Amino acid sequence: MDIPFTVKERPDTGLYNGKLGIWLFLASEVMLFGGLFSAYVFLRTGAESWPVGSDILNVPMATLNTMFLITSSVTMVMSWASLKLNDFGKFKMYLGFTILLAFGFLVVKYFEYTAKFEHHLYPSTNNFLGIYFTMTGLHVLHVVGGIIVIFYFLVPGNKMWQSDPDRFVNRIEIVGLYWHFVDLVWIFLFPVFYLL
Amino acid sequence: MSTDYHKESFFTKYIWSTDHKIIGLQYGITALLWLLFGFILMMIMRYQLAYPESPIPIVGALLGDGGLLPPEMYNSLGAMHGTIMIFLGVVPLAFGAFGNYFLPLQIGAIDMAFPKLNATSYWMYFVGSVVMVTGFFVPGGAANSGWTSYPPLSNIATTGQTVWLCGMVFLITSSLLGSINILATVIQLRTEGMNWMRLPIFVWVQFITAFLLLLAFPPLEAASVLQLMDRLAGTSFFMPSGLVVSGVALSNAGGGSPLLWQHLFWFLAHPEVYVLILPAFGIVVEVIANNTRKPIWGYKSIVYAVVFLGFMSFIVWAHHMFITGMGTSMSSFFQTTTMIISIPSVVILTALFMSLWGASIRYNTPMLFALGFLPMFGIGGLTGLPLGLAAADIYLHDTYYVIGHFHYVVAPGTIFALFAGIYYWFPKMTGKRMNETLGKLHFFFSLIFMNGVFLPMMAQGLAGVSRRLWDGGEMYAHAAGVLYLNEVMSISAWLLGMTQIFFIVNMIISLMSKKTGESNPWGATTLDWSATTSPPLGHGNFEVVPTVYRGPYEYSVPGADKDFTPQNEKV
Ligand code: HEM
Ligand SMILES: [Cu+2]
Repeated sequence: MDIPFTVKERPDTGLYNGKLGIWLFLASEVMLFGGLFSAYVFLRTGAESWPVGSDILNVPMATLNTMFLITSSVTMVMSWASLKLNDFGKFKMYLGFTILLAFGFLVVKYFEYTAKFEHHLYPSTNNFLGIYFTMTGLHVLHVVGGIIVIFYFLVPGNKMWQSDPDRFVNRIEIVGLYWHFVDLVWIFLFPVFYLL
Repeated sequence: MSTDYHKESFFTKYIWSTDHKIIGLQYGITALLWLLFGFILMMIMRYQLAYPESPIPIVGALLGDGGLLPPEMYNSLGAMHGTIMIFLGVVPLAFGAFGNYFLPLQIGAIDMAFPKLNATSYWMYFVGSVVMVTGFFVPGGAANSGWTSYPPLSNIATTGQTVWLCGMVFLITSSLLGSINILATVIQLRTEGMNWMRLPIFVWVQFITAFLLLLAFPPLEAASVLQLMDRLAGTSFFMPSGLVVSGVALSNAGGGSPLLWQHLFWFLAHPEVYVLILPAFGIVVEVIANNTRKPIWGYKSIVYAVVFLGFMSFIVWAHHMFITGMGTSMSSFFQTTTMIISIPSVVILTALFMSLWGASIRYNTPMLFALGFLPMFGIGGLTGLPLGLAAADIYLHDTYYVIGHFHYVVAPGTIFALFAGIYYWFPKMTGKRMNETLGKLHFFFSLIFMNGVFLPMMAQGLAGVSRRLWDGGEMYAHAAGVLYLNEVMSISAWLLGMTQIFFIVNMIISLMSKKTGESNPWGATTLDWSATTSPPLGHGNFEVVPTVYRGPYEYSVPGADKDFTPQNEKV
């Protein structure tokens, strides 16, 4: 016996299991980052003074990073759409772009972090930097996780396209949902830390 | 069906099994062992409280120092007892074990929605629990800032606290995976005809519990990350400016707030108390419906009460923080929501009492534990009301009254319900029966000694004795009048421990007994009993996947040929 609705949707809920699973997971992620954003607000409202983000952080670099992630979300959708249209070549190309853009994000972030350390700005310096490093660091971990999963489906995992195409398309859709969420978190982090 | 019958290796069958029943058993056995361990820690603490000047017998040799228990060690034992009982014992047993094993059976599913995640979730829990207790072996001993880990104390505490936080991250991941699985299973895998209003209450409570775990745990994960940063990277999220420890000013940047931790912690920990009690409600409903042989009174009101309770549990957290000086308007808000959330519990309890009305009750062991649950949870619940009112709480906060109150909820409350569940479903899991005489002895002695431990706590608390005291209050003049109760409680606690021998012996001899061959010995209506053998088939659970035609508790239907009509019996 096989577990039902792993590939096809259940008629009354309109979802297959994996899609529901990822939505639930993202709900908990919203609570995780929600908790951290609340902590940010709590610390900031309670602080005697709070630096202006753009004085300390590098806004142009972060803008570049924002472009990277938004574009990568677009290429992610394109790769899924190509798969739906049975174009495996394009799928691989777009997924490859997604990974490149994600790497681009990490490289920029690396330069940002090291620039701070060179100026002796550490998480322990003050609570602004503390929460900045904690939240963006956690976000970076999410990006790294995303890269690993996307790479898996790009290279070793793509055999499933032959053996079980419907399921493979579902998998890519799920990865896509996760990736959009990672993007979305950054879209909140960027103004909160760099602009406000 | 082809792939199900190939031979499985020992490893895939018992260690990395993806069968929800095996995973349920793994959870159950591990959790019971941790419960025993947490209980033993408590028995050591109770010796210290009763006889503060004398060396601890048996384990004293491990302590050095002439067998005396140092205060730091008492703090470790207290923090670890609380943590172990809640996160390694009750939740994994109530949610991990019972949820995993019986929920898919009750909704007619052949397994959980994500079997591999399920196995991962168990092993995350296992690793997390081991990490948690390795704290005992690091310098300075295990975490000693209470199960609540309030900073700044926890920030400057010994290495054990870091271990505690790491263990917590594993446990949170485990419960995240587990709750996604339960939710997806209930939403997606209900069999044909099993619509929402035909779900057994047990399934409903697990479903709501899963939501609480899914949404309440992440803020604690956030808080744990922040505290790890404070401890390891030198940030000051929870460290106010100008802190002086043992006469030395700390070098932190400061500017943080200890209250931030309390908010994040209780945002989890209040829903967590409903995680401890909701599965207990579910088990008690199943057992009472079965042994009163009549439909449960007010099925719908119970369902709505449970849903409402789950929702409300997210907006009462700061009733744990009345004396932090967070302000009177905050206090009034949380005091009001707390009074409101007591209503659904009363609805549920009332429905259960009404179910007993006019029934011809079968007094078997599971039923006794379920019946014992009702007044014990009642005491726990009612003693909670004064704590929810800011004015009364200012006096009662952090006294033994609080310890007495919540133990009535979790020990003779939840633990009794879990025992009821074990006695009730043991025949399902093994195909064997447990011994009734031993079971009844287990129940009656447990009932007496539970009250022997926890009732005196109320008296001590009302007299003003604080919790987390290493000497049981000996050095305080105001405790003098109630100090003799320490010995009463401790002796009760040890006798309670002895009473569990009835249970352990019963387990062993029942496991060694012959299978009875009956698949539905209690004459129950839900699919777990009526649609499968006992124990259910390996992979796949059912010979034929059942179809559901009726509600979950059709007992003594007029005109039916027997006094129970299973859910899968055609109309
Ligand atoms: C069944 C017998 C039990 C007994 C006799 C018992 C006894 C105790 C005692 C003596 C304390 C220490 C009070 C203090 O020093 O302030 C304590 C604390 C605590 N217990 Fe239990 N306990 C039992 C079961 C449980 C269970 C089943 C749970 C949870 C599900 C639990 C959760 C806690 C918690 C959270 C604390 C507070 C720890 C802290 O101060 O941080 N206990 N218990
Ligand atoms: Cu609470």
